[in-house]
Amino acid sequence: MTTSIHQLDDGAWISVNESREVNVSDLWLLARHDFCDCELADFLAEGFVEVGVEPPVIDARIAGRCIVCGTEGVTDWLTVGRVVDPADGEFYPVDFTSVHVPRQRTRLARPE
Amino acid sequence: MVTKVEKWKDEVYGNEIREHLMRFAEEGWDSIPEDEHDEWFERFKWWGLYHQRSGQESYFMMRIGTPNGVIEPGQLRVIGEVAKEYATGPAANPEFGEAVCDWTTRQSVQLHWIKLEDIPEIFEKLESHGLSTQQACGDSWRNIVGCPVAGKDKHEHVDAWPVAKDLHETFKGDDDHVNLPRKWKVAVAGCDQGCGQGDINDLSLEPAVKEIDGEEVEGFNVRVGGGLARKEPRFARDIDVFVRPENAADVAGACSALFRDNGDREDRFNARIKFLMDEWGPEKFRQVLQDDYVDFELETAGEDLREAYSYNAGDGNGHGDHVGVHEQPDGNYYVGLNVLVGRMGADDTLELADLADEYGSGEVRLTQRQNIIVTDVPEENLDAFLDEPLLEDYSPDPNPFMRGSIACTGTEYCSLSIVETKNRQVRYARWLKENVDLPDDVEDFHIHLSGCTASCAQPQIADISLRGMKTRKDGEPVEALDIGLGGGLGENPRFVDWVEMRVPADEVPGAIGNLVANYEAEREDGESFREFVEARDEETLADLIEPEETDYEDPYMHNTKMTWYPYVEDDSMEDSPAPTDGAGQPLPSDD
Ligand code: HEM
Ligand code: SF4
Ligand SMILES: [Zn+2]
Repeated sequence: MTTSIHQLDDGAWISVNESREVNVSDLWLLARHDFCDCELADFLAEGFVEVGVEPPVIDARIAGRCIVCGTEGVTDWLTVGRVVDPADGEFYPVDFTSVHVPRQRTRLARPE
Repeated sequence: MVTKVEKWKDEVYGNEIREHLMRFAEEGWDSIPEDEHDEWFERFKWWGLYHQRSGQESYFMMRIGTPNGVIEPGQLRVIGEVAKEYATGPAANPEFGEAVCDWTTRQSVQLHWIKLEDIPEIFEKLESHGLSTQQACGDSWRNIVGCPVAGKDKHEHVDAWPVAKDLHETFKGDDDHVNLPRKWKVAVAGCDQGCGQGDINDLSLEPAVKEIDGEEVEGFNVRVGGGLARKEPRFARDIDVFVRPENAADVAGACSALFRDNGDREDRFNARIKFLMDEWGPEKFRQVLQDDYVDFELETAGEDLREAYSYNAGDGNGHGDHVGVHEQPDGNYYVGLNVLVGRMGADDTLELADLADEYGSGEVRLTQRQNIIVTDVPEENLDAFLDEPLLEDYSPDPNPFMRGSIACTGTEYCSLSIVETKNRQVRYARWLKENVDLPDDVEDFHIHLSGCTASCAQPQIADISLRGMKTRKDGEPVEALDIGLGGGLGENPRFVDWVEMRVPADEVPGAIGNLVANYEAEREDGESFREFVEARDEETLADLIEPEETDYEDPYMHNTKMTWYPYVEDDSMEDSPAPTDGAGQPLPSDD
């Protein structure tokens, strides 16, 4: 089966294969990013703006704020998890408390 | 390319969702195909059902749309009975118990923990008493709001209730208007105080007078494109159109048809009409409306009554709300009761239904400040009604901090939320009541708490606005609030200035206490809080806030969104009983 992925409810969560897997309200640590001037941004996820899939990786651009410096905006692409085996569709989320590095491009899922 | 949600709506939307909903309800939760969950939950909203947040799968929030907040004689009892029988979940709320009714900021009713399997019975009961959940959520005409005492108010210019009712009846289930690009929120008001809060709605009909062919006609001016959501608040803009009451449905329908055809269906974040208004401006909007959507000449705007608007205007002692005892034009009285954060237990709701029958006509009305009004109380019944013990908890003469509090749903049930809201605001209000005094001449002081930027608690139009955030305290993530100051409606509405960001939630009451003390010390004689804020720049204001810990204790500092329910002992996601079957028994999990 192909992996179905979307953000719904104004970006409140990311659904992977019809299961709500990634939620807003968590703090993500971002390194080597240009979201703000902080070396390590402490980023509050407030809404998922776009989701993309580049098997096995699931990516998202997230709207929110760095709680260190107050910068608001939308991140580049962040890996939020993986679907290793499309046959069983099981989603393995990343640990959002570890450090993440945003990237510039990914393949877009259908726009929400 | 249209969005996935649009694709789902193309397949099944509107009235026809009901037969599917009923089939799933008969066959049980498991009958919804696993690979169709998201699309069905998106559609169910149209019938007033919103799937609760993660950790609470298979439970729904149910919204009942009560136009203009009017709950007719007998209906309050039905709502209370439905809440008592069906709105109980696997855990109770420590402040409110189990089975509660929420009176919302758009004059609707919300119940939680509703099971899919119970929906046919609930619908039958509601509908046999003239109540409905149709279009209470989803992409169409939402519940119509207005002055809650329309038809019973001395400040009335035109009685807008028949107009609101007509719009409600016309556009509920009307196939031409059931599938819009996004929600469509309408306000219709006829009083001169601005109680309809039209400025924050997609479409607002507000009272006006116009001389037409030498005759003074009473009707409405039209404004379009208000809304608070996200970080893009807008006030509705004057499109220079006057409508007679008998044309209201034509013009309102023309506006929603224009939205249907021209709203952005490729990006839900850009779909509300406020964004089309940004792009077009009011002149083009009017032109397109005239050219393509009405077949008569639109009148230019009449003379409005905005100068007198005092509702939620931030002037400290105007008509800030409908709480208290007020005489109706027919000599009876309406009694506005304060419901702290809009939540009332089912038993209290049933008791109030009895009191409304006993002392009034049985009718009650909901306000946009989450309060409830008992109408039609004859003078000779007033004293006995006011002596009822229930009114100690729902007071017609509350402390200003209890009276001015509004809070949204927050992490208790809502998936967009960042922080806990209602229980926290209850604790804030109680602490402020005990510890903080307002200047003697300030009777109204509004504090609105929203758990995220969707702004369901209308934070941008309060004296003090609180909005969910996070920060770290001693390295640990804690719930926090941004603090905004000096918002209000009135003739010239104003959104708050956001002046102090990410204040840990346990330091907010101290911050408010210090701010109020500084306001009292520095204000000019009679200066309202809003004027005080308007006269100062953001930096000066930030210095007046001074967050600090006090003896206020906040039990919700941890990340309540990571719990399955914030108030239980075993609160981790793994401890969640959801999803459950129709009897509330846990179902084997999918993963
Ligand atoms: C179970 C989850 C939710 C609950 C319990 C909830 C509750 C509420 C309530 C009580 C209101 C005001 C009342 C009304 O319209 O009758 C409201 C309004 C609103 N809700 Fe929600 N909500 C939920 C989820 C959401 C989501 C996911 C979104 C975003 C798609 C959202 C966006 C809004 C907005 C934008 C408003 C109106 C603010 C304005 O005036 O512009 N809500 N909601
Ligand atoms: S303001 Fe946000 S947290 Fe509060 S009910 Fe609305 S969507 Fe949920
Ligand atoms: Zn930063």
